[in-house]
Amino acid sequence: MSSLQQAISFLSGTGMLIALAVFVLGCLFHVIRYIGGLDAKKDRVAYGYHADRSVPGIFASIFKWLLPCATAGWRSAPLTTFIFFCMHAGCVLVPLFVAGHVVLLKSALGIEAGLPMLPLAVADVLAAVTIAGVLICAVRRLVSPFQKALTSGADWLILFLTGAPFVSGFLVRVCCPDSAELMLVHLVCGNLFLLLAPFTKLSHIVLFFMSRAQLGMEYAIKRGGQTRGGVFDW
Amino acid sequence: MEGNLCNSRPIDTEERLKELMADKGGAEYYKQMESLDVDPAKVMDIINSSMTSKIKTWLNNCAHCGMCARACHFWLTSDKDATQIPSYKIQSTLGEIIRRKGHVDAKFMMDAMDTAWGKCTCCNRCGVYCPLGIDTGVMMSYFRGVLFKLGFIPWEMKIGSGMHRVYHAQMDVTEEDFVDTCDWMAEESAEEWPGLTIPVDKENADIMYILNAREVKHYPNDIAETAILFHIAGENWTVPSSGWENTSLTMFAGDWEGCKMNTQRIYDAIKRLNPKSVVGTECGHAHRATVVEGPYWCGQESGDPPVPFYHYVEWVAHALREGKLKIDPAKKLKGPVTLQDSCNYVRNHGLGKYTREIMSYICEDFRDMTPSGDHNFCCGGGGGLNGIGRYRQWRNVSLKNKLDQIQNTGADLVVAPCHNCWDAIRDMFEVYEIKTIKWSFLKPLLISMVEIPDNIEHVTE
Ligand code: SF4
Ligand code: SF4
Ligand code: SF4
Repeated sequence: MSSLQQAISFLSGTGMLIALAVFVLGCLFHVIRYIGGLDAKKDRVAYGYHADRSVPGIFASIFKWLLPCATAGWRSAPLTTFIFFCMHAGCVLVPLFVAGHVVLLKSALGIEAGLPMLPLAVADVLAAVTIAGVLICAVRRLVSPFQKALTSGADWLILFLTGAPFVSGFLVRVCCPDSAELMLVHLVCGNLFLLLAPFTKLSHIVLFFMSRAQLGMEYAIKRGGQTRGGVFDW
Repeated sequence: MEGNLCNSRPIDTEERLKELMADKGGAEYYKQMESLDVDPAKVMDIINSSMTSKIKTWLNNCAHCGMCARACHFWLTSDKDATQIPSYKIQSTLGEIIRRKGHVDAKFMMDAMDTAWGKCTCCNRCGVYCPLGIDTGVMMSYFRGVLFKLGFIPWEMKIGSGMHRVYHAQMDVTEEDFVDTCDWMAEESAEEWPGLTIPVDKENADIMYILNAREVKHYPNDIAETAILFHIAGENWTVPSSGWENTSLTMFAGDWEGCKMNTQRIYDAIKRLNPKSVVGTECGHAHRATVVEGPYWCGQESGDPPVPFYHYVEWVAHALREGKLKIDPAKKLKGPVTLQDSCNYVRNHGLGKYTREIMSYICEDFRDMTPSGDHNFCCGGGGGLNGIGRYRQWRNVSLKNKLDQIQNTGADLVVAPCHNCWDAIRDMFEVYEIKTIKWSFLKPLLISMVEIPDNIEHVTE
């Protein structure tokens, strides 16, 4: 086996499993550290009380924001919302359900059962949309006076980490399915994403749920949860 | 170098308070601030001992998407100034201090102070519009606490916190002054309303009423109006001689210790007088300080105050619903009326449905602002901004957003059950020369239209 092939088989086997483990454990660590780092008195939120209000508050705060147009925030910026949802749909669905990945996962983990797969055409469209989304985000960060003032290196890093596996994967799929070099690039990028996610702003993959739950709880427990009647109208 | 006026020590003697007030406009105070030392170890110590994973995560996870910009009245009135984006405001101050591990100078800290008090009213609206649920208002008010400990706070805020520490009120109104004013108002009102009293320190009353020192000092009539409405409604009420001040400039100042002292005085009065409930006057931030944040400062584990606590609008809504107060239909407001809900009681305490209920009783043509309720905009002068001379121009610009909102309703009267909002509205009409729209608290409106029950004697000449 050539060293190229060796690298490919490592990165799609043991290497990938290591990256996956880092990703999963890293995400778990973030959740534990977040919850462990809270302090009811300093935060001024009675986390341990009023579960009857805080549980629905958490759910509303998370799930309403997972639907485009369900919140005043999303409705206030239709273009951003559109780009955001297109990009995130691809980011979540493609890596998990694209046929190639499912096969890989099955063999790496030794699973026999059938896992759901995305039809190829759908996966292609989603990937293309995600790539477009990443590009639009990059352009906006460069030209919008708004975003230029806010953008930092950390934002570029996660755009790169997200865009690279999609671009390389798309190229492998569409134009050069036989290029081992390109496949290697794709595997490196994909594994890098998994490895670095917990250490970069990609940690929002889990921390999104934490900070949304946080504000949902705050509104439910202290900021009018008792008087407003029902959950906060996001 | 710690100055005699500008330093990191809170004001706790009358002498120091007077010395600071004598420095007109804080000219010398701000000059001394320029040479205030910033000890990185102390900065990081304060932050590390007070910041939890909540704010850390909010700071680190901001996607820099800018969706919060449109939520902020400062940005909306700034001609798209990027430095007015909520995320920018907190990242360039608190965020930067942490990135530099506290290695910043007095100039940096003064800019940070200008942002914390001059570019944010802690209205919490941006948090409602951030996909990640990042509440810059909460972070800014936390950051004010850090700045307070280091001495970088606006002159008026230092005075405000000192007032509370020295006089137990936001102004130099002592407990004797307060009781005297109550007696005076009771005496005056009893001529027109025989039998009316303002009971001080009565035990086991249904309602303990607490208020704003401004009412005592500048608008004593507000106390008379309160008494008249309680009298007509037949309430069994009292005021405490100590613990009557509901407001908290200490909260605006970031004086965490002072915040606790204020609220504790009120909670102590509850312990002493054992009322069934507490009603606070028409003030947004006072309600937030005592009812929403206060329980935490005073160690109430459940986050609830020791007895049910109502904002004045809640009491009015109940009184109207239960018929304790009845509105004379002929005297209802006929013209178009709008309502300025204070963010402190609406977004931060969900009382919007009560104010709307009140409007349905008192006016025929209610025109809500857009957006309204929990999504309402700050009046533009909240969080202490109204009172800070250094940022007067900035505030005047930010008022424009609310002015547009008011004008778009076509109303000729704005009901504002909050002192701060009331001031901001008065000022915006002055600055932008609006002469056709009036503004009012609820109490005078209610008095002008309430029906007087048969059992209540009313002497009119
Ligand atoms: S909306 Fe939220 S995530 Fe976006 S820039 Fe503002 S604070 Fe950051
Ligand atoms: S809390 Fe209010 S004033 Fe402060 S940044 Fe957010 S929206 Fe603007
Ligand atoms: S002044 Fe009124 S509107 Fe403005 S922040 Fe305070 S409560 Fe809100």
